[in-house]
Amino acid sequence: MAKRVGAEGSFAVAEAVRLADTDVVAAYPITPQTHIVERLSEMVADGDLNANFIYVESEHSAMSASLGSAAVGARTFTATAGQGLELMHEVLYLASSMRLPIVMAVSNRALSGPLNVWGDHSDVMATRECGWIQYFAENAQEAFDLNLCAFKIAEHKDVLFPVMVHMDGFHVSHVVEPYLLPDKEEIEGFLPPFNYPSPLDPNKPVSMGAFAPPAVYSECRKAQDVAINGTIGTIQEVWDEFAKLLGRQYSPIETYKTEDADTILVSIGSFNQMAAVAVDKMREAGKKVGLVRIRLWRPFPLEIFREAVKSAKNIVTFDRSMTYGGTAGPLCAEVKSAMYGTEAAPRITGFMGGLGGRDMSPKQFEAIFGRAQEIFDKKLDIQYETIGVRE
Amino acid sequence: MSKKDFELTWKEIPVGSIIHEPGNASEYQTGDWRSQMPVLDKEKCVKCGICFRFCPEPCIVKDDEGYYVADLFYCKGCGICAYECPKDAITIVKEEH
Repeated sequence: MAKRVGAEGSFAVAEAVRLADTDVVAAYPITPQTHIVERLSEMVADGDLNANFIYVESEHSAMSASLGSAAVGARTFTATAGQGLELMHEVLYLASSMRLPIVMAVSNRALSGPLNVWGDHSDVMATRECGWIQYFAENAQEAFDLNLCAFKIAEHKDVLFPVMVHMDGFHVSHVVEPYLLPDKEEIEGFLPPFNYPSPLDPNKPVSMGAFAPPAVYSECRKAQDVAINGTIGTIQEVWDEFAKLLGRQYSPIETYKTEDADTILVSIGSFNQMAAVAVDKMREAGKKVGLVRIRLWRPFPLEIFREAVKSAKNIVTFDRSMTYGGTAGPLCAEVKSAMYGTEAAPRITGFMGGLGGRDMSPKQFEAIFGRAQEIFDKKLDIQYETIGVRE
Repeated sequence: MSKKDFELTWKEIPVGSIIHEPGNASEYQTGDWRSQMPVLDKEKCVKCGICFRFCPEPCIVKDDEGYYVADLFYCKGCGICAYECPKDAITIVKEEH
């Protein structure tokens, strides 16, 4: 019987890792994910989680140890944020190219400098190319559900890719919210035991992470690209199975009042909840606006996305990170790329805000919609604008 | 004998580029990388085995008579064997290809 529990997103994540009967946690603390690994460490010490907790000396070691752990077929979890995600950067590419199912919770945090421990998406966006499956939780319930699902997705024989479950630093990791925590019986059978097809085993030796000269590297990389793009179907299947079990449905793209929307805001993360309030206010005032929440970021669900925004002539994107010297913010660039060449050919403008823990209110999202309308009506040639920055 | 690396199509790459035949590096020729090779003078050689221990490949093998000779299929011509030989029995000779 599920209990209604009041807890931070971090603790919800720890519960999911515990219920998944994870074998190995190799982790290093960093604000704002520390509560996840501290709680896991306590669970292991108290005997509530039968796992090997490896106290590594850095995030680079955390991911390196996770590679080894997954390679022998142990269910593996780690967590990080911001600079920590950057420190393990080179190892991320190995986890995905070696097809090792590791689950990592990331409490999205701003990148230094200046030093800032609060939430934004600059850490996520720096790992766009690393080849992991990446999706977002907007609140504590989603943090629990999506971390639990992550093990099933990562370890699925048709996937075998590591999975990052993102949640906004502080806004989700540290805010105490009610969520439903299922008990072990309720999720019985959802997560089969981890059965890696070719683990490191002296009885059946394999070599992992060998080198590939120019003659063969391209073939290895194309195989990986085709494989990750092929995982969207399985991700949805796992989420559908989860919905049947616990009644909460997740999808790669989630829409809010978009059916007849002229203007659609595309956004990622917990601020979507503020954006939804803004959409309600504006709909009351008769404006045909809608919200598209990106849940699955990598692989990017291109067809599903195009379908979701098809009614809009005007698309606005909201980035919680910047691309210094680029043509647009990361999400904006992705959306422009997704829509380029389509018959609809909507106007696309980017907004950047909510950096380094700067909060965004529904009123500010209404202002984004207002400015988007002005840009559209006056046909202004604007690539992107910041919002909420003092001039 | 497995396909050479430049023959594999992307569909034939095993998941994770994992190699399922242990030790198949032994099929990979590195001898064509070198521009110089070791030549052993058996008159000077005392069969001490120091070259065998220092070879980084390692590709030096003991022959039927007990002399240590570099396997030219693998030898990359680094010259460490000649450098370490206490009897200067090994000479490094430039190769023309």
